[in-house]
Amino acid sequence: MSEPLLEVRGLTVRFPRQRVGLFSPRVWLTAVDGVDLVVAEGTSVGIVGESGCGKSTLARAVLGLVAPQAGSIAWRGQPVRRDDARGLQRMRRELQAIFQDPVGSLDPRMTVGESVGEALVALAGPQDQAAIAARVAASLREVGLDATLGRRYPHELSGGQCQRAAIARAIVARPRLLVCDEAVSALDVSVQAQIVNLLDELRRRHGLALAFISHNLAVVRHLCDEVVVLYLGRVVERAPRDALFATPRHPYTRALLAAVPHPDPATADRAARGHPGSMDVAPSSVTGSPSGCAYSPRCRYADATCRVRAPGLEDAGDGQQVACHHWREVAAGL
Amino acid sequence: MTAEPLLAIRDLAVEFATPRGTVRAVRGVSLDVRRGECLAVVGESGSGKSQLFLGSFALLAARGSARGSVRFDGQDLLGADPAPRQAALGTRVAMVFQDPMNALTPHLTIGAQLTEVVRDRGLLGDREAIARSLDVLRAVRMPDPEARLRQYPHELSGGQRQRVAIAMGLMTHPQLMIADEPTTALDVTVQAQVLDVLCEARDSGLALVLITHDLGVVAQIADRVAVMYAGRIVESAAVRELFAAPAHPYTAALLGSVPRLDTPVTARLAGIEGQPPHPAEERPGCAFAPRCPSAVERCLHESPLLRGAGERTVACHVPRGWPGGCA
Repeated sequence: MSEPLLEVRGLTVRFPRQRVGLFSPRVWLTAVDGVDLVVAEGTSVGIVGESGCGKSTLARAVLGLVAPQAGSIAWRGQPVRRDDARGLQRMRRELQAIFQDPVGSLDPRMTVGESVGEALVALAGPQDQAAIAARVAASLREVGLDATLGRRYPHELSGGQCQRAAIARAIVARPRLLVCDEAVSALDVSVQAQIVNLLDELRRRHGLALAFISHNLAVVRHLCDEVVVLYLGRVVERAPRDALFATPRHPYTRALLAAVPHPDPATADRAARGHPGSMDVAPSSVTGSPSGCAYSPRCRYADATCRVRAPGLEDAGDGQQVACHHWREVAAGL
Repeated sequence: MTAEPLLAIRDLAVEFATPRGTVRAVRGVSLDVRRGECLAVVGESGSGKSQLFLGSFALLAARGSARGSVRFDGQDLLGADPAPRQAALGTRVAMVFQDPMNALTPHLTIGAQLTEVVRDRGLLGDREAIARSLDVLRAVRMPDPEARLRQYPHELSGGQRQRVAIAMGLMTHPQLMIADEPTTALDVTVQAQVLDVLCEARDSGLALVLITHDLGVVAQIADRVAVMYAGRIVESAAVRELFAAPAHPYTAALLGSVPRLDTPVTARLAGIEGQPPHPAEERPGCAFAPRCPSAVERCLHESPLLRGAGERTVACHVPRGWPGGCA
């Protein structure tokens, strides 16, 4: 096993909700609830779940953009605290991120080349113009952008070109881990395929590790070695890629997979594929979070135990972990 | 089988006058929507798939113009007389868009918005309008419909709002529903519910046009598919034929770009090199030629016409698996 780069333990992020009345108690929304996440050198971990499951908040907490209420983050074994500017700076040299909106993540008043160069100076320190230009050109070439595009402004580029530029900016200081938050979700399928291929190449060529956050399970399956499934801020299942897609253990994972429409009309018999089940209950109880399994209101396996006692993650073999009281019955297809 | 199509679009062109010249969003499209079928119109951003239907009902943004002929149930929609258009829109033709929040008025209850659709047109009285509202909410499988009538849009989840938007479209028993990316903003689990609702509406005799970029969704519910690229239809076929044997290289490449859960993981996604052309770009020949792996000399200067027989048409000089085409 290669060395862990990022180690997140028991991370919890809560946001205060506006009080209903002056004297009413403060209500907290728990976006991320005691999550563990380890990304080792050169590996790629997918983080999946529906909107509101906390996957982006988890990324923002790792990047130091929101303050966690509890838990720890360590980079190469060294704890990183939000008030430790030098520790953060050291981590950021090796930990970079790309986001969903590629145009919005570039400064509209800077050329693409200036944006990439700025990131290099900020992370690797001041250097002479020729060295910066060379590194910028190399980075643009790496992501498949013509060097002449470095003189253009973001609005002159297409969405796919902007996402390539954002990746060039992220990799210019040679990070070891790239956090991708819905990085291909806003792109057309043909361009999405190009960016997925590009990320895959960067992995293979430089051993760049990925934390790939997405709601698109097919893309995650294509790109990731390990998958973490989040539901209302908690990890409900964690498994190596092939195990997760071949033998999903948690009822929620199974529902998610069943809901993905296959692009093949020959297998598209909706009735025959089996339906996610009673998913009519929207996942809205983020604020209340009473005791018990958060998925139980939507789960067809739920019983009295599930409603009172929250399941912890337990080993289900083959490196698979699942947080469900009934995973054995689920696995047996009962 | 020569029944008149419900919607017959002939040689429709949609153009926008911009400071940088004319943008030709739709470049001469002919398309039929038959009664009771589900037709999917597939394409990437800027392919003109949305403008095709906005143009057909004269709903274009400022500076937009539509030329050509569009007949709905025999009535001319693009003529000088707006009466047939007004009679069709919102009553016999319903539209559902991607963002359900924008389709609903934030300060009116769901009940007020649903009943308004039929009361303002004098179709139903108050009591019948409420009964009809409950019917359509049940049809879209909204839990607890009576309570929903008193709620406001912000009290519903995204999937519930989209179901209300579809329910609103169903209020007048339309013959045609045009759904533009109706599930794109939704989670997959919610998307599955909304697709079920649309399938049921189609099964009850409604013709459905589904505008989407998601081939998985198309495979789930469409009977026929039209693929658009750069303002033109490049291929149309029955859904099974199109997925089993795409004739146009663009269709094939599009299918190859989508990562799937039901096939082995490959090292690379096929993808398509390059970018789609900007709608303002004018070039001779086939618009896909610069990105096409099968392009020959002729493709660069001669624009291919849509040809074919029956269900399957294709606009390509070298269609895959056709006589004279590539393998």
